[in-house]
Amino acid sequence: MSTRLSSGGRLIDRARTVEYSFNGKRLRGFKGDTLASALLASDQMLVGRSFKYHRPRGIVASGAEEPNALVGLGTGARFEPNQRMTTTELFDGLSSASQNHWPSLEYDVGVLNNAVAKFLPAGFYYKTFIHPRAAWKHVFEPVIRQSAGLGRVPKERDADRYEYFYAHCDLLVVGGGIAGLQAALVAGAAGARVLVLEQTAHWGGRAPVDGVEIDGKPAEAWIKASVQALEKMSNVMLRRRTMASGVYDHGYVLADEKVADHTPGDGRPRHRLWRIRAGRIVTATGAIERPLAFAGNDIPGVMLASAVRDYVVNWAVSPGDRTVVVTNNDDAYRTALALKAAGLQVPAVVDARDRADGALPQAARAAGIRVLTGSAIAKAHGGKRLSGVAICAQGGEGNAVTEEIPCEAVAMSGGWSPVVHLYSHCGGKLSWDEAHAMFRPDAARPPTGADGTGFVFAAGAANGALYVQDVLGDATKATIAALQAAGVAEVETVVPAVKAEVEAPMIPIWVMPQGAGPDLRMKMWLDYQNDVKVSDVQLAAREGYESVEHTKRYTTLGMATDQGKLSNINGLAVLSNALNAPIPEVGTTTFRPPYTPVTIGALAGEARGEIFQPLRRTAIHDWHEAHGVEWEPVGHWRRPYCYKNGAEIASAAVNREVLAVRERVGLLDASTLGKILVKGPDAGRFLDMLYTNMMSNLKPGKCRYGLMCSENGFLMDDGVVARIDEETWLCHTTSGGADRIHGWMEDWLQCEWWDWKVYTANLTEQYTQIAVVGPKARAVLEKLGGIEVSGEEFKFMEWREGTLGGLPARIFRISFSGELSYEIATPAGHGRALWDALLKAGEEFGITPYGTEALHVMRAEKGFIMIGDESDGTVIPQDLNLNWAISKKKEDFLGKRGQERSYLADPGRWKLVGLETLDGTVLPDGAYAVADGFNANGQRNTQGRITSTYWSPTLRKGIAMALVHRGPERMGEVLEFPKPDGSSVKAKICDPVFYDKDGEKQNV
Amino acid sequence: MLILECPYCGVKAEESELAAGGEAHLKRFGAGSTDEDFEGYLFARKNPKGVHFERWRHAYGCGKWFLAARCTATLEVFGTYPAQTAEPPADLVAKIKQKRPEWEGYK
Repeated sequence: MSTRLSSGGRLIDRARTVEYSFNGKRLRGFKGDTLASALLASDQMLVGRSFKYHRPRGIVASGAEEPNALVGLGTGARFEPNQRMTTTELFDGLSSASQNHWPSLEYDVGVLNNAVAKFLPAGFYYKTFIHPRAAWKHVFEPVIRQSAGLGRVPKERDADRYEYFYAHCDLLVVGGGIAGLQAALVAGAAGARVLVLEQTAHWGGRAPVDGVEIDGKPAEAWIKASVQALEKMSNVMLRRRTMASGVYDHGYVLADEKVADHTPGDGRPRHRLWRIRAGRIVTATGAIERPLAFAGNDIPGVMLASAVRDYVVNWAVSPGDRTVVVTNNDDAYRTALALKAAGLQVPAVVDARDRADGALPQAARAAGIRVLTGSAIAKAHGGKRLSGVAICAQGGEGNAVTEEIPCEAVAMSGGWSPVVHLYSHCGGKLSWDEAHAMFRPDAARPPTGADGTGFVFAAGAANGALYVQDVLGDATKATIAALQAAGVAEVETVVPAVKAEVEAPMIPIWVMPQGAGPDLRMKMWLDYQNDVKVSDVQLAAREGYESVEHTKRYTTLGMATDQGKLSNINGLAVLSNALNAPIPEVGTTTFRPPYTPVTIGALAGEARGEIFQPLRRTAIHDWHEAHGVEWEPVGHWRRPYCYKNGAEIASAAVNREVLAVRERVGLLDASTLGKILVKGPDAGRFLDMLYTNMMSNLKPGKCRYGLMCSENGFLMDDGVVARIDEETWLCHTTSGGADRIHGWMEDWLQCEWWDWKVYTANLTEQYTQIAVVGPKARAVLEKLGGIEVSGEEFKFMEWREGTLGGLPARIFRISFSGELSYEIATPAGHGRALWDALLKAGEEFGITPYGTEALHVMRAEKGFIMIGDESDGTVIPQDLNLNWAISKKKEDFLGKRGQERSYLADPGRWKLVGLETLDGTVLPDGAYAVADGFNANGQRNTQGRITSTYWSPTLRKGIAMALVHRGPERMGEVLEFPKPDGSSVKAKICDPVFYDKDGEKQNV
Repeated sequence: MLILECPYCGVKAEESELAAGGEAHLKRFGAGSTDEDFEGYLFARKNPKGVHFERWRHAYGCGKWFLAARCTATLEVFGTYPAQTAEPPADLVAKIKQKRPEWEGYK
């Protein structure tokens, strides 16, 4: 069993007990523990189940690379799934629960998958997607859905807050091990602005655990002195618990600082997302140990050798009384020696190499540890915990077991892989290092910045300097290169001497033993979390998957939450052997951010709830809110959809509003309409290019409806243009289109017709605009007094400027409803006063505020199109029978050439018509009219579709607009529109103008 | 996330301040143009792995459109200049030619 040792543990404080819980069980650890070290100290070897086979899983690693030990952390509004125990600092009251099992961790039904593992090989999903089709839907999918998924999704709104922090530096150092600290010391002394990020809560990395001496003192002393020296430098900033997640273009870096994960609810933001612009970056991110592929290497108790060493030295945790070390290198002997020094037994070091005569193996022998060279683990025994290992020769097939060794733990080491993620994110290339069997950053092919030179420099173990004696020198060299690239010429450096045991070369071991047969290879795990085995990768190769990227997706190797930190190199080595191609030729999969998962809350930062995005309010917003408004989002605006009287439902309110306008008078807040002023000697010429019809000949004082098209010829916006004076036009756009159309105008003015003298200004927010609409509209305005509004003085499609009820006003006599209508603009500061004055003046006429839905119903009754309903980016004005608004006189305008293309000029296009249902019901929105026959996909042919459909309270029936094949030529024909429930509605083609076709009402 | 210097206001602008506008130095073909010319103007775009001339707008800054020459593969930025020109400045072209002798020119 795994236990706490009676002494030692450099990171724990035995005087301070911490209480926490795991699966409801109350447990105790020490301050300084991680959840992983505390659970191991309490003999919790089994911590989870794997994704596919639900195999028992134990802790493998001691850091960010951990694949197995995932928990749901916290409760209620602070619950978060898939948290790595190895990077979770223990705190009082921590609550954790294991994942991916039912009904309990100890007794899991899903483990049945394990029994049928032979039938769930690589590519299982792809294969079952294809044959038989019915089996997928009725058998496989329901079963998979029941058993799939890691953690549970949080159910409550996150109780924590998060924030962003923007930082700039000359040099960003990622990693606070001895390489990172040395880099910071060199750059700090050179006067550069330095930011140092360390993902854990401790400085110094592995060096103190490995018994390294720096400057003749234990590494710990040098680390302490270095951190103190750096803290004194005003140009250096140090941050722990901050994980650099990704490196992006031109030195942009995202980092996630876990501010209060270990002190939840203390009022501080939980995470802080650092958005960094770094001149240059030194990645001192260390290396990750590789597992060895032997049968049963996934049984709880099999751990990385470095992790075992960490648990013993840092947290005084024994993984078991007897630990067998299995290795292909000298470094793992440090684990054997650390275990021995802690008073634990090491029955054997199983070394795959034929010789092990280096200083470390000799020290192990001297300590009385048996070293078995040329040997391998044939098989590990055990179920929910390890019980022993069978030893064989590495060169054989694993059938001739030479010895059975009972043990509680295995410490394995397959060599080390530099953490090259950050170097690779932005295009840095890697090269294969034969000696250490690893990919390392290729300094000749770095990621390049705006000046075309490299901006990421790998340092120390991350650069492949795996022997600790080389680390500080390598870090110094990388830092000098980075500083020189940044223009710092003079750099003074001191490289302290590092003393450690000299290591003999490793040999690459990808499968153990070398000639293992199919039965063993089926039990050799590469990816612990996603259950990918050596046999799966070999199967993929046999089935023709030669690209490492394809093999990854086919087998799901490296696609779990750990993103293959332990499995990728082993997996691609197995693939390259199976393909009989050298490893560098097979290559790696692409490294993509984030390095470890970043919680969505941190990425969102403060942008949630009300401030998720800015809300634009008109001057009358508060009035709407106080009067039963139902809001409709329009761009960043909120517009009233309708106003509900007490318990009134929305559809009833809309009908009431429509009838009030048609019979009396209504009031609409139209402030969100775009208002763009276009001014200058060439303004008329410019607008003639922008609009399909002529605007230059519009007389001052008059209004004209206009259409804008893209160069493709497709309709993109519409609105009324008013000519203000000789050089000035005011262009109204749709509410959602104002910014886009203003940008469109600027694009043409700045980039194409830059010699034209035109100035544009987007005045949308400067004016409140209120529409007074209905037979009594004129009476309301007359009551307020000011601008003369009689029919003789102020005609339809004209505008006037003056005052109304004492307020400054510009009135446009335009109509989007077919009624007598005035749109009144006033500076936004007067907007609310004008609204109130109109309400008061209109009281005796029964004035009724109305919303966008009533507006839509009335425009549809009148046959007016709406951008976004009748147009969708594939519709030209001619499709909407708007030929009258397309100038034939103008030589050119935007979209003219596009509309001349043969398929747009084709008379067989779908064109706008009205529709009346035979039974008076409302047609479903977006429904298609079917035609005879079927298309190549076995679907019914279509001949039209609904673009707008409403209940018309005026006409007391359903009305609709639709685009129908040769529609206007087919008046009176009946079309059939199927509904999702299998029934269908019949509707007759008619004129789209349902109401007051002659315009008598708007023209009074 | 790129940084491009706006040639109007001099700000070294983050990509999030900018709006991309596609390939630069296109010649507009309007009414009366041939199908081939119009097709080229509307649809045919270079997609080089290497030197590329692009339109950018300092949308959340001064609002001006400008042009940039950069390498799509290495993200090296050779220069930015105002949009009111039919062709890139000669000194910029010379600078790119010096750095990338194999470059075939912007046309």
